[in-house]
Amino acid sequence: MRVTADRTVCIGAGLCALTAPGVFDQDDDQGLVTVLNPAPEAADQAAVREAAGICPSGAVRFTE
Amino acid sequence: MTETVSPLQSEDAPAFPSDRTCPYQLPDQYSRLRDAEGALRRVTLYDGRPAWVVTTHDAARALLADPRLSSDRTHADFPATSPRLLGARDRRQAFIGLDPPEHGPKRRMLISEFTVKRVKGMRGDIEQIVYGLIDDMLAAGPPADLVGRFALPVPSMVICRLLGVPYEDHEFFQDASRRLVQSSTAAESRAARDDLAAYLDGLITTVQAQPRPGLLSRLVADRLAHGEIDREELVSTSVLLLVAGHETTASMTSLSVITLLEHPDQHAALRADPSLIPGAVEELLRYLAIADIAGGRIAKADIEIDGQVIRAGEGVIVSNSIANRDGSVFGEPDTFDVHRSARHHIAFGYGVHQCLGQNLARLELEIILGALFERIPTLRLAVPVEQLKLRPGTTIQGVNELPVTW
Repeated sequence: MRVTADRTVCIGAGLCALTAPGVFDQDDDQGLVTVLNPAPEAADQAAVREAAGICPSGAVRFTE
Repeated sequence: MTETVSPLQSEDAPAFPSDRTCPYQLPDQYSRLRDAEGALRRVTLYDGRPAWVVTTHDAARALLADPRLSSDRTHADFPATSPRLLGARDRRQAFIGLDPPEHGPKRRMLISEFTVKRVKGMRGDIEQIVYGLIDDMLAAGPPADLVGRFALPVPSMVICRLLGVPYEDHEFFQDASRRLVQSSTAAESRAARDDLAAYLDGLITTVQAQPRPGLLSRLVADRLAHGEIDREELVSTSVLLLVAGHETTASMTSLSVITLLEHPDQHAALRADPSLIPGAVEELLRYLAIADIAGGRIAKADIEIDGQVIRAGEGVIVSNSIANRDGSVFGEPDTFDVHRSARHHIAFGYGVHQCLGQNLARLELEIILGALFERIPTLRLAVPVEQLKLRPGTTIQGVNELPVTW
C-alpha cells in the first residue's frame, strides 16, 4: 500500500490523524495533513482505508 | 406540531422540518422519508417554497462534496427552514457561507487552532471547567437543571477560554448566543447578533491596544493587522465560532445523558470500561445528529443524482439525522450501540465545510461523560422522559431544561 495526502485540498478535519495515528498527523504550522509513513504496515492498512473513506475533502488517498 | 403549515404542502411534498417526539429518535416523518424510495425527496418549507431533502448517506456525502452546491446564505433562494435564518441575509458572511475558492483561505486561518493535538492541549482547561461545575452542582444539592447548571456553561466557558474572551462576560455570551440560536423571528435573531457583534468589536479594539491570550488576539495581530481579514469579517467569524460551539455541545451533553439513562445496558458497559467512551461519543454523535438541518445548500447548476435532477436555483437540505440512520450503512440504524464503529457518520457534515470544531467537541464530550457519571454515579432524570420539552425541528435539537436529581 502507498499512501499520499493532497495538502491543497485538505481542510484540517484531522480524521486521518484520529483514525490512523501511526500514519497521519496534522502539521503544527497550518494543521494540514502530513503522511508519517507512506508505506504503512499491514496492521495499519485497514485504518488507512477507513481514513480515506471518511476524509471529508478527498485529500487522503492510497493505492494497493 | 407548532410550525406554520403552508397550504402548498402535501403528501408528495410534506412540510419540513419536523419536531422530534422522542429525544433520541427520528420524527416519524423522517423515518418515512428515510424508508421511501430514492435519495432525494421533495419537501415544503415554512413559507411554502419547495426544497429537496437528501435521505441517504451516500447521496448526502456526494452532494456535500459537490462544488455545484453553494453555501451562500445571502442568496434569496437559499432554503431557510425558519424565519429566524432570514437574519443571516444582510451580513458579511463568515467562512461557513463562502464557497471555494474564497472559503479555503478563510478556513485556513483557523485550522491550526482546532487540530487534534491543539485540542488535546486544552484537556486540563476543559477538565477544570467540567469538574468545577459538577462540584458547584453537588454543593447546591439536588434537584438541578442540568442544562442551565452544566450543559450550557461548559462549552461557553471553553469557547471563552479558547477565544480569550474575559470570563466575567460569559453570562452575557450565554444569553445572547441562546437568543441567537433559539429565536423564532428574524428580529430577535438580529438583535442577539448585534449585541454579540458590538461586544466583540469593542474587544477587538481592546486587544489591538493590549494583546491578551487567545485566538481573537492572535487573529487581530496575525490577520487583521496584515489585511487578510477585515474587521467585520473578524467579528462574524468570532460570532460563528462562539455560537457554533456552544448550543451544539450543550445539546449533545443533555441528549447524551438522556440517551445513556434510557439505555441502562449501554450505560453500564461504559461505566465498566471507560476505554469505550470515545467510541460511544462517536455513536452518540451519529444517533443524536443534533444539527440535522444545518446542511442547507443552493444549486448553482443542474445536478443529476440517483436518477433525479436538482435544477440550478433549487434548495437542498442534507438531513444528517436521516443519513445517519441509513440501514445500508449502519446495521440496525435505530439501535443505540456503544460498541459499533460509527466513525463514518455525518453528524459534523462532510465536504469542505465539515465542522471546524469537531475535535474540540469530541474531547469535551469525552471528558463530560466520564466526569459526570464518575462524580454523580446516581444521576437520574427528575421527571419522566415523556415530560421533557423538546426543541422544535427548526433549531439545533435538544432540550432547554433537563431536571435531574441524584
